[in-house]
Amino acid sequence: MTAISTSRPPLHTPRPPKPAPRPVRKTERSPGDYAFAIVNYTVFTLLVVICAYPFYFLVINSVSANDVSALGDVRLWPIGFQLENYRQVFELNGLGTAAVVSVARTVIGTVATVLASAFLGFMFTQSRMWARQFWYRFVIVTMYFSAGLIPVFIVMKNLGLTNNFWVYVLPFMVQPFYIILVKTYVESMPESLQEAAELDGANIVQIFFRVYLPNMTPILATVAIFSAVAQWNSFQDTLIYITDQSLYTLQYLLYMFINQASSLAQAAQNAGGDLGAIVGAATSQTPTSIRMTVSVVVVLPIIFIYPLFQRFFVKGIMLGAVKG
Amino acid sequence: MVIATSVTATVADQIEERTEGGRRDKRRHEKQAQGRRSYRMFLCIVPFLVLVFLFSYFPLYGWIYALFDYKPALGLGGSEFVGLQWFELLVSSPTQLAQIGQVLLNTLAISFLGIATSVLPLAFAIFLNEVKTPWFRNAVQTLTTLPNFISWVLVYMIAFSLFSSSGLVNNVLADFGLITAPIKFLDSDQNVWITMTLWSIWKGLGWGAIIYLAAISGIDPALHESARMDGAGRFQTMWYITLPQLMPTYLVLLLLSVANLLNNGMEQYFVFQNAFNKESIQVLDLYVYNIGMTGNSLSMATAIGMLKSIISVVLLFTVNGIAKRVRGESIV
Repeated sequence: MTAISTSRPPLHTPRPPKPAPRPVRKTERSPGDYAFAIVNYTVFTLLVVICAYPFYFLVINSVSANDVSALGDVRLWPIGFQLENYRQVFELNGLGTAAVVSVARTVIGTVATVLASAFLGFMFTQSRMWARQFWYRFVIVTMYFSAGLIPVFIVMKNLGLTNNFWVYVLPFMVQPFYIILVKTYVESMPESLQEAAELDGANIVQIFFRVYLPNMTPILATVAIFSAVAQWNSFQDTLIYITDQSLYTLQYLLYMFINQASSLAQAAQNAGGDLGAIVGAATSQTPTSIRMTVSVVVVLPIIFIYPLFQRFFVKGIMLGAVKG
Repeated sequence: MVIATSVTATVADQIEERTEGGRRDKRRHEKQAQGRRSYRMFLCIVPFLVLVFLFSYFPLYGWIYALFDYKPALGLGGSEFVGLQWFELLVSSPTQLAQIGQVLLNTLAISFLGIATSVLPLAFAIFLNEVKTPWFRNAVQTLTTLPNFISWVLVYMIAFSLFSSSGLVNNVLADFGLITAPIKFLDSDQNVWITMTLWSIWKGLGWGAIIYLAAISGIDPALHESARMDGAGRFQTMWYITLPQLMPTYLVLLLLSVANLLNNGMEQYFVFQNAFNKESIQVLDLYVYNIGMTGNSLSMATAIGMLKSIISVVLLFTVNGIAKRVRGESIV
C-alpha cells in the first residue's frame, strides 16, 4: 500500500478508474426481524434490570430516612435524603481497621500476585531453563487437587500464618491460571526482543524487568483486576484463619453484621457513645440501615473501578483463554 | 595415486579430526555456559516453587490425620492411631450413612443443575451478538457482569434485603394483595437447590458469556456472509454458523465442570445456610467445614476431604481421556 502511494504512476498510463464506492447494503427487514429485535432487546433490558437494580436498591436505601427504609417503602428513589448513615457507619468500632486491612491486602496481595505471575509466566517460556517442563507441570497441576481444608489449615497453623496478615498474601501469590495467561501472552511476543537484550549483555532478570514487563501491560492489567477483585471479596480465609479482630476484613465484618444481631447492637453501642442515645429517634440507625450502608461501602470501590478495567480483561481473556 | 589418495585422506582426516575436536570443545564450553545459565534461571524461580510446595504439596502429608484420632492439643504423636476407622464409620452407622447420602445428593444435585444451566451463558452470548446497537450491547455487558465481581457475602446481603420476610419482594407482593403471609424464600428447606442455582446464574451469567463473546468475535465474518448469500435467515446463521463455532469452547468448559462435580466451593452455601435450610444446602465442601472447624471432628473431615480430592482427580483424568478421544487434544 505505502509503496504504491509514494511512487507516482507514469504519465502515459491512464490512472485506474476509482473503484465504485461499496454499495451500502440496505438490509431489508422483515416483520419477523422487528419482532425478533423487540423480544431480544426486551429480554436484555430485563436482565440488566435484574442485575443492576439490587445495587441501586442498596444505595437508595442507605441514603433514605431510616424509618422509611426499615419499612421497605424505598423502592424507586430515595425518600427523606440524608447521609447521616455514612457518618455513623464510619464511626462503628472496627470498621476503620477492617477497611485498612481490606485495602492493604488488596494492594499488597495484588502487587505480589501480579509480579509473581508475570515473572513465572515469563520464566516458563525460557526453553533453556533446567527441567522447565517438569516445574511448569509441578505448578500447573496444583489447580486440580487440594489436600483439603483441615490439612491445609494445620499447615498454615504450623507455619504461624493463622492470625497473621501474610495469610492473605502468600498462599495467593502463585496462581496457575494467571501464569498460563501470562505465558500464552509472552509466547505471542517476538523472540528477537530477548535476543537483542542478550546481545547487549543483559541477564535474565534484567531482561524481564526492562524488556518484557513494560510490554506486558494488557495481560498484567487483566491479572491485576482479577486478583484485586478476589482479594477484596475474599471472605473464607478470614473465616478460617483469623480470630484476631484487628485483622478482620470488610467482607467478614459485613457477614457478622448480617448474621449476628447481637454483635451489631454491640457495635452500635460501642460506637462513639452518642449512637446508642439516639436509637429510637427518627434518624436513628436500624440494623437494616447499618447493613445496607456497610454493603454500599464494600461494593462502591468495585463499581467505580470495574468499568475502567473492563476492556482490559475482555481483551486479556481473549488473548489467554481462547487461544490457549 | 593410491598412496596420494591415502595421504590426502589421512591429512583430511587429521584436519577433520582437529576441527571436530575444536567443535566439540566449543560445544562443551557452550553447553557448560548454557548449563550454568539454565541452573541460574532455575534458581530464580525456586522461591516461588517453595511457596507452591508449602501450600499445595506439603499439606498432602496431612492426609495421615485421617488414620488417627487427631486431637490438636495432643499433636500427632499423642493421638491414637485408628487405621481406617473413619472410613468405616462413614458407611457403618445408618445415621452417618444417611447424612453422607444427603450431603452427596445435595452436592450432585446442585452440580447437575449448574451443568444443565451452563447453556445459558452460551445462549446469552449468541443473542447478545444479534444486538446491533453498540451502546446497548456495552451497557448490557457491563451491567450483567457486575454481580460476578461482588462477594458471596454481599450477594447474601442483597438476597436478604430483597427476599427476607420483611424484604422488598414480600412487601411488594403484599401490597398487590397477592400474599397474606410473607413467603419464606431464605428460611426454608424447599427449593434450596433451585434457589442456589438461580443465585449462581444471577452472579455468573454475564461473566460466563464473555468468553463466548470473545470466541464469537474470532469467527471469520466470511462464514456469516456466505451463509447469508445462500439465503440463510437469522436463526439459521445462529444455528448453523455461530453455534458450531462455539461448541469447542463450550465442550471444554463442560468437561471441566464435570471434573469439578464434587467441588462446589463453600462460600455461597456457607453464607446462605441457616437452621432451616441446613438439610439441603450442605454440600461436601461445606460439610467438611462444618464438621471439621466447628464440630471439631478433624480426622473425619480430613477423611472426607481426602476421598473428595481423590474422586475429583480420577474424574479429571477420565474427562481428560474422553476429551483426547473426542477432540484429539487433552484439556489438562
